Amino acid sequence: MATTEFFHSVRLDEEKCKGCINCIKRCPTGAIRVRRGKAYIISERCIDCGECIRICPNHAKYAEKYSFNEILDYKYRIALPAPTLYGQFNNLDDVDYVLTAFLRLGFDDVFEVSVGAELVSEATRLYMKQKETVRPVISSACPAVVRLIRVRFPNLIPNVLDLNAPMEEAARLARERAMEKTGLPAEDIGVFFITPCTAKITAIKQPICNEKSHVSGVFGIKDIYPVLLGQMDKLTATVPLKHSGLMGVGWASSGGESAALLKERYLAADGIENVIQVLEELENEKLNDLDFIELNACAGGCVGGPLTVENPYVAKARLQRLRKYLPVSCNHLPSDEIPDEMRWEKPLESVNIMKLDEDLRKAMQKMQKMNEIEKVLPGLDCGTCGAPSCRDLAEDIVRGKGAIEDCVFFTRDKSDNRDFIPIPAPFRKSDTEIRLKEKDKI
Amino acid sequence: MSLIELHYEVPGDDFTRAGEASGDVKRQLKQLGFEPATIRNVVIALYEGEINMVIHAGGGEIDVSIDPDRIRMVLRDHGPGIPDVALAMQEGFSTAPDNVRALGFGAGMGLPNIKKYTNDMQIETEIGVGTTMYLRVDV
Repeated sequence: MATTEFFHSVRLDEEKCKGCINCIKRCPTGAIRVRRGKAYIISERCIDCGECIRICPNHAKYAEKYSFNEILDYKYRIALPAPTLYGQFNNLDDVDYVLTAFLRLGFDDVFEVSVGAELVSEATRLYMKQKETVRPVISSACPAVVRLIRVRFPNLIPNVLDLNAPMEEAARLARERAMEKTGLPAEDIGVFFITPCTAKITAIKQPICNEKSHVSGVFGIKDIYPVLLGQMDKLTATVPLKHSGLMGVGWASSGGESAALLKERYLAADGIENVIQVLEELENEKLNDLDFIELNACAGGCVGGPLTVENPYVAKARLQRLRKYLPVSCNHLPSDEIPDEMRWEKPLESVNIMKLDEDLRKAMQKMQKMNEIEKVLPGLDCGTCGAPSCRDLAEDIVRGKGAIEDCVFFTRDKSDNRDFIPIPAPFRKSDTEIRLKEKDKI
Repeated sequence: MSLIELHYEVPGDDFTRAGEASGDVKRQLKQLGFEPATIRNVVIALYEGEINMVIHAGGGEIDVSIDPDRIRMVLRDHGPGIPDVALAMQEGFSTAPDNVRALGFGAGMGLPNIKKYTNDMQIETEIGVGTTMYLRVDV
Protein backbone atom coordinates (compact mmCIF):
# COMPACT_ATOMS: atom_id res chain seq x y z
CA MET A 1 0.00 0.00 0.00
CA ALA A 2 1.29 3.44 -0.92
CA THR A 3 2.09 5.58 2.10
CA THR A 4 3.45 8.81 0.69
CA GLU A 5 2.47 12.34 1.63
CA PHE A 6 -0.30 13.55 -0.62
CA PHE A 7 0.00 16.56 -2.84
CA HIS A 8 -3.28 18.25 -3.77
CA SER A 9 -3.91 20.86 -6.40
CA VAL A 10 -7.27 21.69 -4.83
CA ARG A 11 -6.78 24.40 -2.18
CA LEU A 12 -8.95 26.31 0.26
CA ASP A 13 -9.07 30.06 0.75
CA GLU A 14 -9.95 30.09 4.46
CA GLU A 15 -11.09 33.71 4.36
CA LYS A 16 -13.70 33.00 1.73
CA CYS A 17 -14.91 29.68 3.21
CA LYS A 18 -18.13 30.15 5.16
CA GLY A 19 -18.27 26.56 6.35
CA CYS A 20 -21.40 25.81 4.33
CA ILE A 21 -21.98 22.21 3.35
CA ASN A 22 -22.02 22.40 -0.45
CA CYS A 23 -18.62 20.82 -0.96
CA ILE A 24 -18.96 18.06 1.63
CA LYS A 25 -22.16 16.89 -0.05
CA ARG A 26 -20.63 17.00 -3.53
CA CYS A 27 -17.35 15.20 -2.87
CA PRO A 28 -17.42 11.74 -4.53
CA THR A 29 -15.02 10.15 -2.05
CA GLY A 30 -16.41 11.74 1.12
CA ALA A 31 -13.12 13.54 1.60
CA ILE A 32 -14.33 16.83 3.06
CA ARG A 33 -15.51 17.70 6.55
CA VAL A 34 -16.39 21.08 7.99
CA ARG A 35 -14.33 21.68 11.10
CA ARG A 36 -14.36 24.91 13.06
CA GLY A 37 -16.42 26.60 10.40
CA LYS A 38 -14.03 25.76 7.58
CA ALA A 39 -13.88 23.01 4.99
CA TYR A 40 -11.11 20.55 5.61
CA ILE A 41 -9.85 17.98 3.09
CA ILE A 42 -8.97 14.49 4.31
CA SER A 43 -5.83 14.18 2.28
CA GLU A 44 -5.69 10.47 1.47
CA ARG A 45 -9.29 10.43 0.28
CA CYS A 46 -9.09 13.40 -2.12
CA ILE A 47 -8.73 12.51 -5.81
CA ASP A 48 -8.42 16.13 -7.00
CA CYS A 49 -11.45 15.84 -9.27
CA GLY A 50 -12.28 19.51 -8.70
CA GLU A 51 -16.00 18.96 -7.99
CA CYS A 52 -15.69 21.13 -4.88
CA ILE A 53 -14.19 23.98 -6.92
CA ARG A 54 -17.17 23.81 -9.24
CA ILE A 55 -19.79 23.70 -6.50
CA CYS A 56 -18.39 26.24 -3.99
CA PRO A 57 -20.67 29.29 -4.07
CA ASN A 58 -18.06 31.44 -2.31
CA HIS A 59 -15.17 30.55 -4.61
CA ALA A 60 -13.21 29.43 -1.60
CA LYS A 61 -11.98 26.27 -3.30
CA TYR A 62 -9.43 26.92 -6.00
CA ALA A 63 -6.75 25.19 -8.01
CA GLU A 64 -3.12 25.72 -7.16
CA LYS A 65 -1.85 28.46 -9.48
CA TYR A 66 1.65 28.89 -10.81
CA SER A 67 3.35 32.14 -11.79
CA PHE A 68 3.71 32.67 -15.49
CA ASN A 69 7.29 33.79 -14.78
CA GLU A 70 8.15 30.12 -14.19
CA ILE A 71 8.76 29.80 -17.91
CA LEU A 72 11.72 32.18 -17.56
CA ASP A 73 13.59 29.49 -15.59
CA TYR A 74 14.16 27.66 -18.86
CA LYS A 75 16.19 28.59 -21.93
CA TYR A 76 13.73 26.95 -24.32
CA ARG A 77 10.00 26.92 -23.55
CA ILE A 78 7.31 24.77 -25.06
CA ALA A 79 3.56 25.17 -24.60
CA LEU A 80 1.55 21.95 -24.48
CA PRO A 81 -2.12 22.81 -25.04
CA ALA A 82 -4.81 20.23 -24.27
CA PRO A 83 -7.24 19.88 -27.21
CA THR A 84 -9.98 21.18 -24.91
CA LEU A 85 -8.41 24.63 -25.31
CA TYR A 86 -9.48 24.81 -28.95
CA GLY A 87 -13.14 24.55 -27.96
CA GLN A 88 -12.97 27.69 -25.80
CA PHE A 89 -12.93 30.18 -28.69
CA ASN A 90 -15.84 31.44 -30.71
CA ASN A 91 -15.58 31.31 -34.51
CA LEU A 92 -12.22 29.61 -34.55
CA ASP A 93 -11.69 27.93 -37.88
CA ASP A 94 -7.99 27.20 -37.65
CA VAL A 95 -6.17 25.80 -34.63
CA ASP A 96 -2.99 27.54 -35.78
CA TYR A 97 -4.40 30.87 -34.52
CA VAL A 98 -4.32 29.48 -30.98
CA LEU A 99 -0.95 27.80 -31.40
CA THR A 100 0.71 30.87 -32.98
CA ALA A 101 -0.53 33.07 -30.14
CA PHE A 102 1.55 30.96 -27.73
CA LEU A 103 4.71 31.99 -29.61
CA ARG A 104 3.83 35.62 -28.90
CA LEU A 105 3.40 34.88 -25.21
CA GLY A 106 7.06 33.96 -24.86
CA PHE A 107 7.06 30.30 -25.82
CA ASP A 108 9.60 29.07 -28.38
CA ASP A 109 7.51 26.17 -29.60
CA VAL A 110 4.11 24.54 -29.27
CA PHE A 111 3.42 20.83 -29.09
CA GLU A 112 -0.18 19.66 -29.18
CA VAL A 113 -1.30 17.13 -26.57
CA SER A 114 -3.54 15.72 -29.30
CA VAL A 115 -0.36 14.46 -31.00
CA GLY A 116 0.34 12.41 -27.87
CA ALA A 117 -3.31 11.31 -27.88
CA GLU A 118 -3.03 9.83 -31.36
CA LEU A 119 0.06 7.87 -30.34
CA VAL A 120 -1.63 6.63 -27.16
CA SER A 121 -4.63 5.56 -29.27
CA GLU A 122 -2.34 3.56 -31.53
CA ALA A 123 -0.54 2.01 -28.55
CA THR A 124 -3.90 1.15 -26.97
CA ARG A 125 -5.00 -0.60 -30.16
CA LEU A 126 -1.85 -2.76 -29.87
CA TYR A 127 -2.45 -3.26 -26.14
CA MET A 128 -5.97 -4.54 -26.85
CA LYS A 129 -4.53 -7.23 -29.14
CA GLN A 130 -2.28 -8.66 -26.41
CA LYS A 131 -3.44 -12.00 -25.04
CA GLU A 132 -2.62 -11.17 -21.40
CA THR A 133 -4.76 -7.99 -21.42
CA VAL A 134 -7.46 -8.04 -18.70
CA ARG A 135 -10.77 -7.02 -20.24
CA PRO A 136 -12.55 -4.71 -20.30
CA VAL A 137 -9.62 -2.32 -20.37
CA ILE A 138 -10.26 0.86 -18.37
CA SER A 139 -8.79 4.07 -19.78
CA SER A 140 -6.17 5.74 -17.58
CA ALA A 141 -6.24 9.14 -19.27
CA CYS A 142 -8.31 10.84 -16.56
CA PRO A 143 -6.11 11.08 -13.45
CA ALA A 144 -9.13 11.60 -11.19
CA VAL A 145 -10.56 8.27 -12.37
CA VAL A 146 -7.24 6.48 -11.80
CA ARG A 147 -7.11 7.89 -8.27
CA LEU A 148 -10.76 7.01 -7.70
CA ILE A 149 -10.05 3.41 -8.69
CA ARG A 150 -7.09 3.13 -6.36
CA VAL A 151 -9.06 4.38 -3.35
CA ARG A 152 -12.53 2.94 -4.00
CA PHE A 153 -12.20 0.11 -6.53
CA PRO A 154 -8.79 -1.46 -5.88
CA ASN A 155 -9.84 -4.83 -7.34
CA LEU A 156 -10.27 -3.19 -10.75
CA ILE A 157 -6.60 -2.14 -10.88
CA PRO A 158 -5.65 -5.05 -13.23
CA ASN A 159 -8.09 -3.63 -15.83
CA VAL A 160 -6.49 -0.20 -15.90
CA LEU A 161 -4.52 0.63 -19.05
CA ASP A 162 -0.93 0.96 -17.83
CA LEU A 163 0.23 3.42 -20.46
CA ASN A 164 1.09 7.08 -19.99
CA ALA A 165 -1.60 9.66 -20.69
CA PRO A 166 -1.37 11.79 -23.87
CA MET A 167 -0.06 14.75 -21.84
CA GLU A 168 2.99 12.75 -20.68
CA GLU A 169 3.67 11.31 -24.11
CA ALA A 170 3.40 14.76 -25.71
CA ALA A 171 5.75 16.28 -23.11
CA ARG A 172 8.33 13.54 -23.62
CA LEU A 173 8.31 13.95 -27.41
CA ALA A 174 8.28 17.75 -27.23
CA ARG A 175 11.41 17.75 -25.09
CA GLU A 176 13.15 15.19 -27.32
CA ARG A 177 12.36 17.25 -30.39
CA ALA A 178 13.62 20.43 -28.74
CA MET A 179 16.86 18.78 -27.63
CA GLU A 180 17.54 17.68 -31.19
CA LYS A 181 16.69 21.07 -32.59
CA THR A 182 18.59 23.23 -30.09
CA GLY A 183 21.31 20.96 -28.73
CA LEU A 184 20.31 22.08 -25.22
CA PRO A 185 20.32 19.62 -22.32
CA ALA A 186 16.96 18.31 -21.07
CA GLU A 187 16.95 20.52 -17.95
CA ASP A 188 17.09 23.71 -20.04
CA ILE A 189 13.88 22.84 -21.82
CA GLY A 190 10.66 23.79 -20.07
CA VAL A 191 7.46 22.01 -21.10
CA PHE A 192 4.27 23.70 -19.89
CA PHE A 193 0.91 21.99 -19.98
CA ILE A 194 -2.23 24.08 -20.47
CA THR A 195 -4.73 22.16 -18.35
CA PRO A 196 -8.52 21.92 -18.28
CA CYS A 197 -8.52 20.42 -14.77
CA THR A 198 -7.05 20.09 -11.31
CA ALA A 199 -6.51 16.34 -11.54
CA LYS A 200 -3.88 16.79 -14.22
CA ILE A 201 -2.02 19.34 -12.08
CA THR A 202 -1.80 16.70 -9.39
CA ALA A 203 -0.75 14.08 -11.95
CA ILE A 204 2.16 16.35 -12.88
CA LYS A 205 3.16 17.41 -9.38
CA GLN A 206 2.77 13.97 -7.85
CA PRO A 207 2.62 11.20 -10.45
CA ILE A 208 1.60 7.83 -9.01
CA CYS A 209 2.91 5.47 -11.68
CA ASN A 210 6.09 7.28 -12.75
CA GLU A 211 8.95 8.71 -10.71
CA LYS A 212 8.63 12.11 -12.31
CA SER A 213 6.43 13.82 -14.88
CA HIS A 214 7.88 14.97 -18.20
CA VAL A 215 5.92 18.20 -17.75
CA SER A 216 7.86 21.08 -16.10
CA GLY A 217 4.95 23.36 -15.23
CA VAL A 218 1.23 23.83 -15.65
CA PHE A 219 -1.25 26.66 -16.26
CA GLY A 220 -5.02 26.45 -16.09
CA ILE A 221 -6.95 27.19 -19.29
CA LYS A 222 -8.99 29.87 -17.53
CA ASP A 223 -5.83 31.59 -16.31
CA ILE A 224 -4.11 31.74 -19.68
CA TYR A 225 -7.27 32.37 -21.69
CA PRO A 226 -7.45 36.20 -21.39
CA VAL A 227 -3.81 36.78 -22.38
CA LEU A 228 -4.02 34.23 -25.15
CA LEU A 229 -7.16 35.85 -26.52
CA GLY A 230 -5.40 39.22 -26.48
CA GLN A 231 -2.57 37.86 -28.59
CA MET A 232 -4.92 36.06 -30.98
CA ASP A 233 -6.69 39.33 -31.71
CA LYS A 234 -3.41 40.93 -32.72
CA LEU A 235 -2.32 38.15 -35.07
CA THR A 236 -2.07 39.06 -38.73
CA ALA A 237 -0.63 35.74 -39.91
CA THR A 238 -0.33 32.24 -38.48
CA VAL A 239 2.56 29.80 -38.34
CA PRO A 240 1.69 26.27 -39.49
CA LEU A 241 2.08 24.47 -36.15
CA LYS A 242 -0.83 22.06 -35.93
CA HIS A 243 0.02 18.46 -36.39
CA SER A 244 -2.84 16.30 -35.27
CA GLY A 245 -5.96 14.85 -36.79
CA LEU A 246 -9.57 14.50 -35.71
CA MET A 247 -8.73 11.43 -33.62
CA GLY A 248 -6.37 13.36 -31.36
CA VAL A 249 -8.60 16.41 -31.02
CA GLY A 250 -11.56 14.11 -30.37
CA TRP A 251 -10.06 13.11 -27.01
CA ALA A 252 -11.32 16.40 -25.55
CA SER A 253 -14.90 15.10 -25.38
CA SER A 254 -16.22 11.92 -23.83
CA GLY A 255 -16.23 9.09 -26.36
CA GLY A 256 -13.32 10.46 -28.36
CA GLU A 257 -10.75 8.13 -26.90
CA SER A 258 -13.02 5.12 -27.49
CA ALA A 259 -13.84 6.11 -31.06
CA ALA A 260 -10.11 6.21 -31.86
CA LEU A 261 -9.81 2.52 -30.93
CA LEU A 262 -11.92 1.55 -33.95
CA LYS A 263 -13.77 -1.02 -31.83
CA GLU A 264 -17.45 -1.36 -31.23
CA ARG A 265 -17.66 -2.96 -27.82
CA TYR A 266 -16.89 0.07 -25.73
CA LEU A 267 -18.58 2.23 -23.15
CA ALA A 268 -17.83 5.91 -22.54
CA ALA A 269 -19.14 7.45 -19.32
CA ASP A 270 -18.61 10.96 -18.05
CA GLY A 271 -19.50 12.84 -14.88
CA ILE A 272 -18.23 11.46 -11.59
CA GLU A 273 -21.53 9.83 -10.47
CA ASN A 274 -21.86 7.98 -13.76
CA VAL A 275 -18.24 6.90 -13.53
CA ILE A 276 -18.82 5.49 -10.03
CA GLN A 277 -21.94 3.62 -11.18
CA VAL A 278 -20.09 2.06 -14.11
CA LEU A 279 -17.22 0.98 -11.84
CA GLU A 280 -19.75 -0.57 -9.42
CA GLU A 281 -21.33 -2.51 -12.29
CA LEU A 282 -17.96 -3.59 -13.58
CA GLU A 283 -17.03 -4.81 -10.11
CA ASN A 284 -20.26 -6.85 -10.04
CA GLU A 285 -19.15 -8.47 -13.32
CA LYS A 286 -22.04 -6.95 -15.23
CA LEU A 287 -19.94 -5.45 -18.04
CA ASN A 288 -17.78 -8.38 -19.04
CA ASP A 289 -18.93 -8.26 -22.66
CA LEU A 290 -17.09 -4.98 -23.24
CA ASP A 291 -13.56 -4.48 -24.56
CA PHE A 292 -12.94 -0.93 -23.45
CA ILE A 293 -14.29 1.49 -20.86
CA GLU A 294 -13.56 5.19 -21.18
CA LEU A 295 -14.24 7.15 -18.03
CA ASN A 296 -14.02 10.91 -17.54
CA ALA A 297 -14.65 12.47 -14.14
CA CYS A 298 -16.03 15.65 -15.69
CA ALA A 299 -19.38 15.92 -17.49
CA GLY A 300 -18.81 15.88 -21.22
CA GLY A 301 -15.18 14.76 -20.79
CA CYS A 302 -12.19 17.12 -20.53
CA VAL A 303 -14.26 19.94 -22.07
CA GLY A 304 -16.15 19.90 -18.75
CA GLY A 305 -12.99 20.42 -16.70
CA PRO A 306 -13.21 22.78 -13.69
CA LEU A 307 -10.54 25.07 -15.15
CA THR A 308 -12.22 25.66 -18.51
CA VAL A 309 -14.00 28.83 -19.58
CA GLU A 310 -16.76 27.64 -21.89
CA ASN A 311 -19.76 25.42 -21.21
CA PRO A 312 -18.73 21.82 -22.01
CA TYR A 313 -21.43 21.25 -24.61
CA VAL A 314 -20.69 24.50 -26.41
CA ALA A 315 -17.00 23.58 -26.44
CA LYS A 316 -17.87 20.13 -27.77
CA ALA A 317 -19.94 21.58 -30.60
CA ARG A 318 -17.10 23.90 -31.57
CA LEU A 319 -14.62 21.05 -31.57
CA GLN A 320 -16.90 19.05 -33.84
CA ARG A 321 -16.76 21.90 -36.34
CA LEU A 322 -12.99 22.20 -36.06
CA ARG A 323 -12.50 18.47 -36.48
CA LYS A 324 -14.47 18.42 -39.70
CA TYR A 325 -11.58 19.66 -41.81
CA LEU A 326 -8.85 17.62 -40.16
CA PRO A 327 -7.30 14.40 -41.42
CA VAL A 328 -8.18 11.29 -39.38
CA SER A 329 -4.80 10.89 -37.70
CA CYS A 330 -1.39 12.47 -38.32
CA ASN A 331 0.82 10.60 -35.87
CA HIS A 332 1.98 7.01 -35.80
CA LEU A 333 4.24 4.84 -33.68
CA PRO A 334 7.65 3.98 -35.15
CA SER A 335 6.85 0.23 -35.15
CA ASP A 336 4.18 -2.33 -34.28
CA GLU A 337 5.42 -2.51 -30.72
CA ILE A 338 4.41 -0.28 -27.82
CA PRO A 339 7.54 1.79 -27.01
CA ASP A 340 8.81 1.13 -23.45
CA GLU A 341 8.81 4.88 -22.77
CA MET A 342 5.04 4.89 -23.07
CA ARG A 343 4.57 2.34 -20.31
CA TRP A 344 4.16 3.16 -16.65
CA GLU A 345 7.36 2.81 -14.66
CA LYS A 346 5.60 1.26 -11.67
CA PRO A 347 2.25 -0.43 -11.12
CA LEU A 348 -0.77 1.34 -9.69
CA GLU A 349 -1.05 0.59 -5.97
CA SER A 350 -4.24 0.64 -3.94
CA VAL A 351 -4.78 3.05 -1.07
CA ASN A 352 -7.46 1.61 1.18
CA ILE A 353 -9.48 4.44 2.66
CA MET A 354 -12.54 2.33 3.35
CA LYS A 355 -11.38 -0.33 5.82
CA LEU A 356 -12.49 0.45 9.35
CA ASP A 357 -9.64 -1.57 10.81
CA GLU A 358 -6.82 -3.79 9.59
CA ASP A 359 -8.10 -6.52 11.90
CA LEU A 360 -11.33 -8.05 10.60
CA ARG A 361 -12.81 -8.71 14.04
CA LYS A 362 -12.10 -5.18 15.19
CA ALA A 363 -13.54 -3.86 11.94
CA MET A 364 -16.69 -5.87 12.61
CA GLN A 365 -17.02 -4.47 16.12
CA LYS A 366 -16.67 -0.96 14.72
CA MET A 367 -19.21 -1.69 12.02
CA GLN A 368 -21.64 -3.02 14.59
CA LYS A 369 -21.21 0.13 16.65
CA MET A 370 -21.53 2.25 13.55
CA ASN A 371 -24.83 0.60 12.61
CA GLU A 372 -26.12 1.19 16.16
CA ILE A 373 -25.10 4.85 16.09
CA GLU A 374 -26.72 5.30 12.72
CA LYS A 375 -30.04 4.10 14.15
CA VAL A 376 -30.15 6.96 16.68
CA LEU A 377 -29.17 9.62 14.15
CA PRO A 378 -32.07 11.36 12.35
CA GLY A 379 -31.13 10.17 8.85
CA LEU A 380 -31.59 13.67 7.44
CA ASP A 381 -28.06 13.88 6.04
CA CYS A 382 -28.23 17.61 6.71
CA GLY A 383 -24.48 18.03 7.02
CA THR A 384 -24.68 20.39 9.99
CA CYS A 385 -22.36 18.13 11.99
CA GLY A 386 -19.70 18.73 9.35
CA ALA A 387 -19.92 15.24 7.80
CA PRO A 388 -21.76 14.65 4.50
CA SER A 389 -24.29 12.14 5.86
CA CYS A 390 -25.47 10.57 9.10
CA ARG A 391 -23.65 7.40 8.11
CA ASP A 392 -20.43 9.35 7.61
CA LEU A 393 -20.83 10.89 11.07
CA ALA A 394 -21.33 7.40 12.51
CA GLU A 395 -18.15 6.32 10.75
CA ASP A 396 -16.24 9.37 11.99
CA ILE A 397 -17.38 8.54 15.54
CA VAL A 398 -16.15 4.94 15.42
CA ARG A 399 -12.90 6.16 13.90
CA GLY A 400 -12.56 8.55 16.85
CA LYS A 401 -12.94 11.64 14.70
CA GLY A 402 -16.34 12.84 15.81
CA ALA A 403 -18.86 12.78 18.64
CA ILE A 404 -22.56 11.96 18.65
CA GLU A 405 -23.22 15.41 20.19
CA ASP A 406 -22.06 16.86 16.86
CA CYS A 407 -25.56 16.03 15.63
CA VAL A 408 -27.74 19.00 16.50
CA PHE A 409 -30.92 16.95 16.40
CA PHE A 410 -29.58 14.26 18.68
CA THR A 411 -28.38 16.89 21.15
CA ARG A 412 -31.64 18.83 21.01
CA ASP A 413 -33.76 15.75 21.64
CA LYS A 414 -31.53 14.65 24.52
CA SER A 415 -31.75 18.03 26.18
CA ASP A 416 -34.46 18.68 28.79
CA ASN A 417 -34.30 22.37 28.12
CA ARG A 418 -35.78 22.83 24.65
CA ASP A 419 -34.40 26.37 24.44
CA PHE A 420 -30.89 25.01 24.51
CA ILE A 421 -29.39 25.11 21.06
CA PRO A 422 -26.20 23.11 20.86
CA ILE A 423 -23.22 24.41 18.95
CA PRO A 424 -22.49 21.94 16.17
CA ALA A 425 -19.01 20.52 15.85
CA PRO A 426 -17.86 22.76 13.04
CA PHE A 427 -18.22 25.79 15.27
CA ARG A 428 -17.23 24.43 18.64
CA LYS A 429 -13.80 25.67 19.51
CA SER A 430 -12.35 23.59 22.31
CA ASP A 431 -12.34 20.11 20.85
CA THR A 432 -12.03 21.12 17.22
CA GLU A 433 -8.70 22.72 18.04
CA ILE A 434 -7.51 19.42 19.40
CA ARG A 435 -8.81 17.70 16.34
CA LEU A 436 -7.06 20.07 14.00
CA LYS A 437 -3.79 19.14 15.61
CA GLU A 438 -4.28 15.55 14.66
CA LYS A 439 -5.79 16.38 11.31
CA ASP A 440 -3.26 14.30 9.41
CA LYS A 441 -4.52 11.21 11.13
CA ILE A 442 -8.17 11.73 10.29
CA MET B 1 -25.91 -14.61 16.54
CA SER B 2 -23.42 -12.99 14.25
CA LEU B 3 -21.65 -9.76 15.01
CA ILE B 4 -23.32 -8.05 12.10
CA GLU B 5 -26.91 -8.69 11.12
CA LEU B 6 -28.42 -6.73 8.29
CA HIS B 7 -32.04 -6.65 7.22
CA TYR B 8 -33.50 -5.35 3.98
CA GLU B 9 -37.00 -5.05 2.59
CA VAL B 10 -37.05 -5.49 -1.17
CA PRO B 11 -39.95 -3.56 -2.73
CA GLY B 12 -41.79 -5.55 -5.36
CA ASP B 13 -43.35 -2.68 -7.23
CA ASP B 14 -40.26 -0.66 -8.07
CA PHE B 15 -37.87 -2.35 -10.44
CA THR B 16 -35.46 0.58 -10.38
CA ARG B 17 -34.69 -0.07 -6.72
CA ALA B 18 -33.58 -3.66 -7.24
CA GLY B 19 -29.89 -3.89 -6.39
CA GLU B 20 -29.99 -1.45 -3.47
CA ALA B 21 -29.61 -4.14 -0.83
CA SER B 22 -26.66 -5.80 -2.58
CA GLY B 23 -25.09 -2.36 -3.07
CA ASP B 24 -25.33 -1.62 0.64
CA VAL B 25 -23.93 -5.02 1.59
CA LYS B 26 -21.03 -4.42 -0.80
CA ARG B 27 -20.17 -1.11 0.82
CA GLN B 28 -20.18 -2.64 4.29
CA LEU B 29 -18.08 -5.64 3.25
CA LYS B 30 -15.53 -3.25 1.73
CA GLN B 31 -15.39 -1.26 4.94
CA LEU B 32 -14.86 -4.46 6.87
CA GLY B 33 -11.95 -5.34 4.64
CA PHE B 34 -13.12 -8.66 3.18
CA GLU B 35 -11.22 -9.99 0.16
CA PRO B 36 -12.47 -8.68 -3.20
CA ALA B 37 -13.32 -12.23 -4.38
CA THR B 38 -15.50 -12.86 -1.32
CA ILE B 39 -17.26 -9.53 -1.79
CA ARG B 40 -17.87 -10.28 -5.47
CA ASN B 41 -19.38 -13.69 -4.68
CA VAL B 42 -21.73 -12.31 -2.04
CA VAL B 43 -22.77 -9.32 -4.10
CA ILE B 44 -23.46 -11.22 -7.31
CA ALA B 45 -25.47 -13.94 -5.55
CA LEU B 46 -27.44 -11.37 -3.60
CA TYR B 47 -28.04 -9.20 -6.64
CA GLU B 48 -29.42 -12.12 -8.64
CA GLY B 49 -31.64 -13.07 -5.70
CA GLU B 50 -32.91 -9.51 -5.38
CA ILE B 51 -33.73 -9.31 -9.08
CA ASN B 52 -35.59 -12.64 -8.85
CA MET B 53 -37.66 -11.35 -5.95
CA VAL B 54 -38.70 -8.31 -7.92
CA ILE B 55 -39.39 -10.11 -11.20
CA HIS B 56 -41.22 -13.15 -9.88
CA ALA B 57 -42.35 -12.63 -6.31
CA GLY B 58 -43.45 -9.02 -5.85
CA GLY B 59 -40.58 -8.30 -3.47
CA GLY B 60 -39.52 -9.89 -0.21
CA GLU B 61 -36.98 -9.57 2.54
CA ILE B 62 -33.31 -10.29 2.95
CA ASP B 63 -31.29 -11.05 6.06
CA VAL B 64 -27.53 -11.04 5.92
CA SER B 65 -25.32 -12.33 8.75
CA ILE B 66 -21.66 -11.51 8.56
CA ASP B 67 -19.06 -13.56 10.42
CA PRO B 68 -15.30 -13.43 9.96
CA ASP B 69 -15.29 -16.84 8.23
CA ARG B 70 -18.61 -16.84 6.34
CA ILE B 71 -21.44 -14.70 5.12
CA ARG B 72 -24.95 -16.13 5.26
CA MET B 73 -27.96 -14.76 3.43
CA VAL B 74 -31.62 -15.63 3.74
CA LEU B 75 -33.91 -14.38 0.96
CA ARG B 76 -37.59 -14.83 1.72
CA ASP B 77 -40.53 -14.01 -0.55
CA HIS B 78 -44.26 -14.70 -0.62
CA GLY B 79 -44.45 -15.18 -4.37
CA PRO B 80 -45.87 -18.02 -6.48
CA GLY B 81 -43.15 -20.56 -5.62
CA ILE B 82 -41.01 -22.56 -8.06
CA PRO B 83 -42.85 -25.55 -9.56
CA ASP B 84 -39.73 -27.41 -10.70
CA VAL B 85 -36.53 -26.38 -8.93
CA ALA B 86 -34.28 -28.68 -10.99
CA LEU B 87 -35.58 -27.11 -14.18
CA ALA B 88 -35.20 -23.59 -12.79
CA MET B 89 -31.58 -24.38 -11.95
CA GLN B 90 -30.77 -25.08 -15.61
CA GLU B 91 -28.86 -22.38 -17.42
CA GLY B 92 -31.05 -20.52 -19.87
CA PHE B 93 -34.38 -21.65 -18.42
CA SER B 94 -36.47 -18.57 -17.75
CA THR B 95 -40.08 -17.67 -17.02
CA ALA B 96 -39.42 -13.93 -16.99
CA PRO B 97 -41.96 -11.79 -18.86
CA ASP B 98 -40.99 -9.85 -22.02
CA ASN B 99 -40.97 -6.42 -20.38
CA VAL B 100 -38.28 -7.66 -17.99
CA ARG B 101 -36.29 -9.28 -20.79
CA ALA B 102 -36.32 -5.97 -22.63
CA LEU B 103 -34.24 -4.59 -19.76
CA GLY B 104 -31.63 -7.29 -20.23
CA PHE B 105 -32.81 -9.51 -17.40
CA GLY B 106 -34.47 -12.91 -17.55
CA ALA B 107 -31.68 -14.69 -19.41
CA GLY B 108 -32.15 -17.76 -17.27
CA MET B 109 -28.87 -17.29 -15.41
CA GLY B 110 -30.20 -16.10 -12.05
CA LEU B 111 -30.31 -19.32 -10.05
CA PRO B 112 -27.32 -20.92 -11.86
CA ASN B 113 -25.26 -17.83 -11.03
CA ILE B 114 -26.32 -17.91 -7.40
CA LYS B 115 -25.20 -21.54 -7.24
CA LYS B 116 -21.91 -20.69 -8.97
CA TYR B 117 -20.97 -17.87 -6.61
CA THR B 118 -21.98 -19.47 -3.30
CA ASN B 119 -20.57 -22.35 -1.27
CA ASP B 120 -24.00 -23.57 -0.24
CA MET B 121 -27.48 -22.96 -1.62
CA GLN B 122 -30.74 -24.37 -0.26
CA ILE B 123 -34.15 -23.63 -1.71
CA GLU B 124 -37.41 -24.13 0.15
CA THR B 125 -40.40 -23.45 -2.03
CA GLU B 126 -44.11 -24.06 -1.92
CA ILE B 127 -46.56 -23.26 -4.68
CA GLY B 128 -48.71 -20.28 -3.80
CA VAL B 129 -46.88 -19.71 -0.52
CA GLY B 130 -43.43 -18.49 -1.44
CA THR B 131 -39.76 -19.28 -1.70
CA THR B 132 -36.94 -19.04 0.81
CA MET B 133 -33.35 -19.30 -0.27
CA TYR B 134 -30.49 -19.97 2.16
CA LEU B 135 -27.09 -18.98 0.81
CA ARG B 136 -23.63 -19.21 2.30
CA VAL B 137 -20.35 -17.79 1.06
CA ASP B 138 -17.23 -19.01 2.90
CA VAL B 139 -14.31 -16.68 3.35
